[in-house]
Amino acid sequence: MSQAATELIRISGHVGVVPGAGLNREFQVCKLVDTTTCIGCKACEVACLEWNGYTFSETTFDNSYQTMPETAWNYWNLIKFNEHERADGSMMLLMRKDQCMHCADPGCLAACPADAAIVQYANGIVDFQEANCIGCGYCMTGCPFNIPKFDPPSRKVFKCTLCNDRVSVGLEPACIKACPTGCLHFGTKSEMKELAETRAAQLRDNSGFQDAGVYDPAGVGGTHVIYVLHDAKNPELYGGLPRDPRIPWSVRLWKGPLKWLGNLAIAGGIVGMALHYMRFGLKKEESIPPDVSPKDERRDEGRRL
Amino acid sequence: MTNGWIDIKNTDMMLIMGGNPAENHPCGFKWAMEAKRNRNAKLISVDPRFTRTSATADLFVQIRAGTDIAFLGGLIRYAIENNRIAKEYLVNYTNAAFIVKEGFKLPEDGLYSGFNASTSVYDNTTWNYQEGGDFSGKTDAATPVPVGKTNAETSAHPATPAPPPALPPNVAYDLTLQHPRCVFQLMKQQYSRYTPEAVERITGIPRDQYLKAIDLFTSVRKDGDMKKVATIIYAVGWTQHSFGTQIIRTAAMIQLLLGNVGRAGGGVNALRGHSNIQGATDMAGLYDSLPGYLKAPVPDDADLATFLKRTTPTSSKPSPWDSMNYYANTPKFMVSLLKGLYGDAATKENGFAFDYLPKFDRDYSWTHIWDDMYNGKVKGMLAFGMNGVMIGPDTNKNINALKKADWLVVGEIYQDETSEFWRAPGITVEEQKNINTTVYRLPCAGFAEKDGSMTNSARWVTWKYAAVPPPGQARLDQDIIAQIFLRVRDLYKKDGGKFPDPILNLSWAYADGAHPPLSQVAMEINGRALADLKDDATGQVIKAGQQLPGFAWLKDDGTTMCGNWIYSGSWTEAGSQIQRRGTEDPSGMGVFLNWAWSWPANRRVLYNRASCDVAGKPWDPDRKQVWWNEAAGKWVGNDVPDFKPDSHPKDHMGPFIMNPEGIGRLFAPIGVLADGPFPEHYEPIESPIRNPLHPDQSNNPLVKKFKTPFDKFGSPEEYSIVCTTYRLTEQYHYWTKNNPMNVQLIPEPFVEIPVELADEKGIRGTDKIKVISARGTYIAKAFVTRRLKPMMIDGKKVYQIGLPIHQGFRGIGEDEGRNARTPANLLTPAVTDPNAHTPESKGFLVKVEKA
Repeated sequence: MSQAATELIRISGHVGVVPGAGLNREFQVCKLVDTTTCIGCKACEVACLEWNGYTFSETTFDNSYQTMPETAWNYWNLIKFNEHERADGSMMLLMRKDQCMHCADPGCLAACPADAAIVQYANGIVDFQEANCIGCGYCMTGCPFNIPKFDPPSRKVFKCTLCNDRVSVGLEPACIKACPTGCLHFGTKSEMKELAETRAAQLRDNSGFQDAGVYDPAGVGGTHVIYVLHDAKNPELYGGLPRDPRIPWSVRLWKGPLKWLGNLAIAGGIVGMALHYMRFGLKKEESIPPDVSPKDERRDEGRRL
Repeated sequence: MTNGWIDIKNTDMMLIMGGNPAENHPCGFKWAMEAKRNRNAKLISVDPRFTRTSATADLFVQIRAGTDIAFLGGLIRYAIENNRIAKEYLVNYTNAAFIVKEGFKLPEDGLYSGFNASTSVYDNTTWNYQEGGDFSGKTDAATPVPVGKTNAETSAHPATPAPPPALPPNVAYDLTLQHPRCVFQLMKQQYSRYTPEAVERITGIPRDQYLKAIDLFTSVRKDGDMKKVATIIYAVGWTQHSFGTQIIRTAAMIQLLLGNVGRAGGGVNALRGHSNIQGATDMAGLYDSLPGYLKAPVPDDADLATFLKRTTPTSSKPSPWDSMNYYANTPKFMVSLLKGLYGDAATKENGFAFDYLPKFDRDYSWTHIWDDMYNGKVKGMLAFGMNGVMIGPDTNKNINALKKADWLVVGEIYQDETSEFWRAPGITVEEQKNINTTVYRLPCAGFAEKDGSMTNSARWVTWKYAAVPPPGQARLDQDIIAQIFLRVRDLYKKDGGKFPDPILNLSWAYADGAHPPLSQVAMEINGRALADLKDDATGQVIKAGQQLPGFAWLKDDGTTMCGNWIYSGSWTEAGSQIQRRGTEDPSGMGVFLNWAWSWPANRRVLYNRASCDVAGKPWDPDRKQVWWNEAAGKWVGNDVPDFKPDSHPKDHMGPFIMNPEGIGRLFAPIGVLADGPFPEHYEPIESPIRNPLHPDQSNNPLVKKFKTPFDKFGSPEEYSIVCTTYRLTEQYHYWTKNNPMNVQLIPEPFVEIPVELADEKGIRGTDKIKVISARGTYIAKAFVTRRLKPMMIDGKKVYQIGLPIHQGFRGIGEDEGRNARTPANLLTPAVTDPNAHTPESKGFLVKVEKA
């Protein structure tokens, strides 16, 4: 990150810490979403739309405060609302800001076959380069969080950029700036992790949330968006946050051993062809047999079925 | 707010009730979250609905709409019984020790002493303190407290037309709080009936949950320890009841009882629903007040002297104590206001043109305006900055009133429901032809297109700059009003009239009379010297024509003018204080004395003298606001002392300087409230049950009903469901339904209903349903939720439902035909609180059907 020149160190008429200050001390950035102080106001949703130049979408009421069922190619930031009744009968309204998690080990990137369509920056941001996107949608299969979304007209896939354009000039992401309660924080990964752990401990010690904890799943190498949850043992309650997200085995297999095997098979094929040529030379013209062999007949039957 | 938004971060305990700040004040709610994060503060949310505020709460209890006094009364009882009260504060800073007159009766049958059943008005002679001296330890057992029976006797006496009763200058008191008629004992007796069992019957809150909530709240005063502090936060969920003022008084009593008023992180904090609604009330948005909460004249005020005699209080206190009685300065404020209004035409000889002021002879509040219009008494209306049809209550009545008006002028930026009332759903084209109201819709400037001042909930007056000029032919509100005024004045000049003087002599000394700059209006509001003034104590001189430094300079001899005394000090010779943007906060308590300006006198926490003990030492040394500096011989601190700066603690001057008693009122004596000195639980006008405390006097006895065909009320037999209305964070009033960004977040109107009710009626989420009250029908989609649970009210299963108020019959969704175009206030009744005249929009009866 070459942000030192534009990194803010002071802001006029502003009280408290300067957002994003000192980010160049450490490369890894992180967004912290404290779901326990989220009020579901959706300011982050609107800020995301406005910063990224998207207009409003047509929505319908769906027995929820939630704007739409899932994030969309042009709606990257969505608060998921979930009613939950605790064992003692008390209600909870869980509100979780859903967006790209910016995994350290990104499944989308692992799955992507197009050269440079998905990149990961040193600061941890995983960014789609739409110019290079071939619209195959494999990234959607690779993501354990159901984040990348396909836009049929442009045949491209889109998702949250963690405001890479803002972060790279020393600003915090738009959603962070819009958050009125301070439930969203932005800083270095280690700072955010510490802040999150402190808050989780506070929830355990003072608010009676025995299982409060930080969501920073190891299965994808940790994420650059982390959550404080009242109940970290049941992340599914928060609108389907996976308990142990991993890159799907199919992608792992395909881009790992299978790819290796496939390459081997291709190489083997070429070697075999060469050997065959050396041994037998060019194929000779043969006359067509007068009748079809029983084996071939069976195959045709199968095809008809 | 006695305190301010930022100050919430200093609290240890929040009771949020009758308000939903997470949704309706999301930016201010940050400070509640700060208190939780940084101080481990607890948040208790009490609401008919599990809201997004409740989502962040440590404890949520679901209450039946309109039963807040029962909840709070039970809390008072619990605090007293468990000694969770601030004894020193209570004895010295409240009227707990004051002895009440003989003949005063508590409302065990639902009525206080002095009720006149034929007029439904109280003769409040007995609601007063006893004249006398120190009764400490001298309990007079021979004068038991009258209970229950004396009412008939009192009301049998005809109300005497003698001079209005006044508070005695020398109040009898018992500092041991043992006298059976001292305020503390009466209060204890009053709320002894509010047992957890009674509270459960009324509110529907199971006993164990209720005890948990009140135990948690009062835990700040465990064993009388004064270090911790609790705040009470509310909004229109408390005001919009036929006893709304009394709910807020109960909160004030609790805060006095627990010693939480005047302290950082404490207070009684009203969250205002508009960016400038506080400013509107400060500037006399109410018919019965003048700017700065001066009382408005009535027909009996024959001249200025009579008026001032009636409205200027004299101090009333135990004789060894001192009372500043700041409203003793009323003549200075009033004369300066008259000089501001009428300039040179206001002379000593003509009583400073007091006769020019209108005198109100009856109730002219909001619902009365519409009733009068319906009855043909109001012929026209200027509607600016509001949408009267949508506001309701009883939207149908308002629409039918407008049909009868001759003309209507609406200043708006959108095509709103008021200016298009004639297009309301249900009005046919044939009917439209018969509506003869002439409607003028004037394009006004939007909020970002005008400058001016805004006063927020924390009483901060902040200057706002225009971002862009108004588009097209849209004009500023003040330009439109100026045009109207100048033309009316010309007509009076030309044609004369019955009483042209107030119009012809109105002071209009702006640089450009047709376009008054709001900075000049703000300067006028601050006030200036009309002659050279000299402060004898300091020798400071203010020259004629100079801006005044504050209201201490106001004079009652016509040498000063001031548009609103509480704003004096906001725009001084040193410049505009309301444009300041200083971020210094040396105490770290979020006081920010150099940011904008707070009325009165830039004080950020009102009554902050009460943050100290009697000796002038802060109750909590970690949250010091003001304190007595013996060496300097004055009060100093991180905030501006809201007190006489040189009053030595040993003089025992009361911290509540605006009351003639100098103390906080647990008992509201004569002349304060119409419906009783202590709050009593009454049922909403439409209620599923009779009042369990006194079934024969179920409702507030002072509530009056209008008599038009639209003023209909439903019985619990036919309408069994309790309904309340509310706002959503995604929308702003009736406005943002015109903005696509907001509309996408909440695209359609809905009704939140409990799962159990939905199952009973076979309704599924997103099904279209009808909500029907005795007055109207609201149609929207069902939002089936577990956040509203069925309640047991006095042994009866009662459902509660809620609906947002935002959608109407004009807007994006409305114009696209997406919603049913029924405003929420079609359902609400036009009955009001007898003190503040606010309609009862929270807690009325409906039934639900599939549409």
